[in-house]
Parts: sequence; C-alpha cells; structure tokens
Amino acid sequence: MNPILSASGLGKRFGDRVACRDVGFDLWPGEVLGVVGESGSGKTTLLNCLAGRLHPETGTVVYDSAAYGQVDVHDLSEARRRLLSRTEWGFVNQDAREGLRMGVSAGANIGERLMAIGARHYGDIRRTASEWLGRVEIEQDRLDDRPTTYSGGMRQRLQIARNLVSGPRLVFMDEPTGGLDVSVQARILDLLRGLVETLHLSAVLVTHDLGVARLLTHRLMVMQGGRVVEEGLTDQVLDDPQDAYTQMLVASILPV
Amino acid sequence: MTMPALRVSGLAKSFVVHAQGGLALPVLRNVSLAVSAGECLALVGPSGAGKSTLLRSLYGNYRADAGSILVRHDKALVELVGAEPRTVLDVRSRTMGFVSQFLRVIPRVPAVDVVAAPAIRLGMAARDARVRAEFLLGVLGIPPKLWPLPPATFSGGEQQRVNIARSLNVDYPVLLLDEPTASLDADNRDRVVGLIQQRREAGAAIVGIFHDAGVRDALATRVYDVAPLGSAPGAAV
Repeated sequence: MNPILSASGLGKRFGDRVACRDVGFDLWPGEVLGVVGESGSGKTTLLNCLAGRLHPETGTVVYDSAAYGQVDVHDLSEARRRLLSRTEWGFVNQDAREGLRMGVSAGANIGERLMAIGARHYGDIRRTASEWLGRVEIEQDRLDDRPTTYSGGMRQRLQIARNLVSGPRLVFMDEPTGGLDVSVQARILDLLRGLVETLHLSAVLVTHDLGVARLLTHRLMVMQGGRVVEEGLTDQVLDDPQDAYTQMLVASILPV
Repeated sequence: MTMPALRVSGLAKSFVVHAQGGLALPVLRNVSLAVSAGECLALVGPSGAGKSTLLRSLYGNYRADAGSILVRHDKALVELVGAEPRTVLDVRSRTMGFVSQFLRVIPRVPAVDVVAAPAIRLGMAARDARVRAEFLLGVLGIPPKLWPLPPATFSGGEQQRVNIARSLNVDYPVLLLDEPTASLDADNRDRVVGLIQQRREAGAAIVGIFHDAGVRDALATRVYDVAPLGSAPGAAV
C-alpha cells in the first residue's frame, strides 16, 4: 500500500517572508491529518501547496491517483491537475462563498460537479443532488434556491455536498467550521466525521481550533513560523505535548 | 506458559515542562510487567505515583521515553513505543480499549450513536451496533428515554456508564480501565463490575486502576505496585 499523499521538503516564501519550510509527511488512506497553529504559521500556505493551488519553491507532493497511479502534483499539466481536483479531490474553503457559485441554485452547485465527471442525464443529476442535500441535512425543497438565500451553516453544508458528490478520495479542508456559530459547528463536525468514516476519505484539515482537531483528526502537525515543530497522534500531541510552543498552545485552551 | 497479551519492559516516562524552564519530572522508570488473557492486573500505589501515567503510556496516549510495550495484535506482537501513528490507531481500533473517567465526544450526538460508533467503525452493520449499544446501555442502567439524547446533559455517573458501554461495545482482547467505577453508586458499580468480570472470563487481558478496594478484590487477579520515584522500584506482588 502507498501513502495517498506524500509531501517532502516543501518550502514556500512570499518575498523574504518564509511561509513554510521543509515540511514533509505521508498521509495514509483513511487518515485525517490535522494541521494546527496560530494565524500566520503557514497552515493555509501548506494546504494550498498540497492541493496544487500554489507552487512551492522546494520539495515535492506525490499523490497516488486512482486513475494515473503516483503523480507529482506540481509536475502535472494544468488541465490534468484540474481534472484530478474535480474527480478525485475535494476542497472545502472556510468561506463557503469561495467554494460555491453563488449565482446558481443549490442543485446546480451540486450537479455541476457531477457533470464535470461525465453525468449527462438531467433526471439522475437532479435526483443525486437532492439526495445529497438530504445527506447534509438541508431540506430538499431548497434544491432550487440560490445559496445567497442560505444561512452560513447551510452554505457550508452545501459546499461539503458539492465537494463530496463526485466521490473524491482526498479532501482538503481549510477551517471548515471557522466563522460559524458553535451550535452550527457541532452539527457540521458530526456530519464531517460521519462522511469521512462512511466514505473512507483521506483528508488534510487546517484549523486553529484544537477542539475541532481533537474531534476530527487522527494525527496532528503543529506549525509555528512555517515549520512543523511537533507531530504525532492527535491525542498524544494534545495530552502529552513535547514542544514548548505546543505546550503553550494546549495550555491556552479556554475551559468551558 | 501462554504468550502474554501485553508485555512491558524497561518503560520510562518523564514530563518536561517548558514553561518552567525545561523542568523535567520523571514519573516512571524501568517498569516491567506482563498480562495474559483472562488476567486482570490492578495498578496500586499512592496518589501521584504514576498509575494513570502508566496506563496512558500503555495506550500510546503518552509517549514513553524508553522501553518496550508489546501487544498481541492479529496473533503477532506489535511494539507500541515509537510506533507509527497508523500502527497505534490500528491496535486501538481492534485490540486495545480504554475506559477513561471522562467522556469526550462530538456535541449533540445521541448516546446510542456514541456507544455504537466504535463497532460501526470496525465494520459492524449500523443496526446491529445500535442493538448491541441499547443492550449495554440497558444493562448499565441508563433509562431508554435517555438513549436518543446527547450525553452532554447527563449526570457524571451516567456519562461514565455511556463511556463504559462505548468501550465494551467492541470485544477488545486488551482492556485498560482508569477508575471505571469512580462516580457510580453501589448498584451501578456492581453492574459495571459484572460486565468487566464477564470480559475477563471471556479471555480479555485487563489492566486497571481501581481505588475502591471491593471493586479491586472482585476484579483483580494480581496487583502491580507503582511506587513513586525516589522510593523502591515497582514490583509485582
């Protein structure tokens, strides 16, 4: 068995500021890897480098594709990478508006992904879109409404449906519950955990919320100033942090 | 002699507190023990001696500094000290269960689903896992009207029993128990003891911390003395 995603020596600068430096890991099928750290620690830059949205200056990202075998994400042609990102990957943005098309209906947002992988039968597309609305707990009579009429939590669930309808194997998530009310956040966490398990997804999840990381991830990488300062099983890192920065982060969690 | 389900040798664990200028707190040194199927080893020793630290190190929740923790997993012995995360996760999902004093779950998930989840993850059909979960919740005296509710609002004792049901819903060959009866009344304590006895008799290898002497007498087949560092090293009694 190969890792589904394998990064090594990743480095990226913006001007003379180092955004990430010498980051490497193997992600195995079915694993959810959390990347935690404070704002500016390089988490999102790393995620974008992994998903091919940004080009790192150093290092490689190898993805074990169902269709093409092992491919270097940054050696692929733009067309091939776009195809991969529509067929085998998902990307859930913190701001659902960036991951959705706000001007078309919810059904079209989901159906568009299906058409991108070859679905043509209108009735089938509509039925599948409607099923997925149900799976992410949106009333099915909202299928023809635009996401502009949805609440923040509904938009995030719609974005999740749009990403998962095409049956991806690997999902990148950038603060998927950031900016939502805590009551909404709990439902989305439960939804995401259930989907990750039943669909046997692999995922890389960026969050600054250690509570979210504890509930959703198997492994953690802690980033500070663009470097990984600690990694391990999620409960190990949170319950027995070794690095000074991780100890400070864990000690800073507010009790409720 | 049968091959032990769990064999620990030379285990050491200390904590380094960076906020205290890198202060090192050694807790465990040269711990060695073995537990076979059908045995229950009770960890004893004064408060602060490191019983919980030992139990958490066995589960891989705390990272040992030195030594070896071998677990029988799929008929082979797997080393947990320094193991890859996915190895530890695999051992935890199929071989080694842990009952802590605290329930940590996603908010707003019904108790019955909390209990069913580990079995579903192992491939049991959701319906079967739920039937088993309801059976265990019933045996542990959680009233059926609470089953569809999230446990966040339950009493401490109820949450602890949900936690126990969750860990017993899979037949783990190795069970680690950290004060499984801590906040329970006498009736519920006896129910929990009965369930754990059944597991032991069915061949589970158990390591536990039981402050209640009656519970310890009912469950333990041997004790292991965890001595605070500075005094004599721990020895099997």
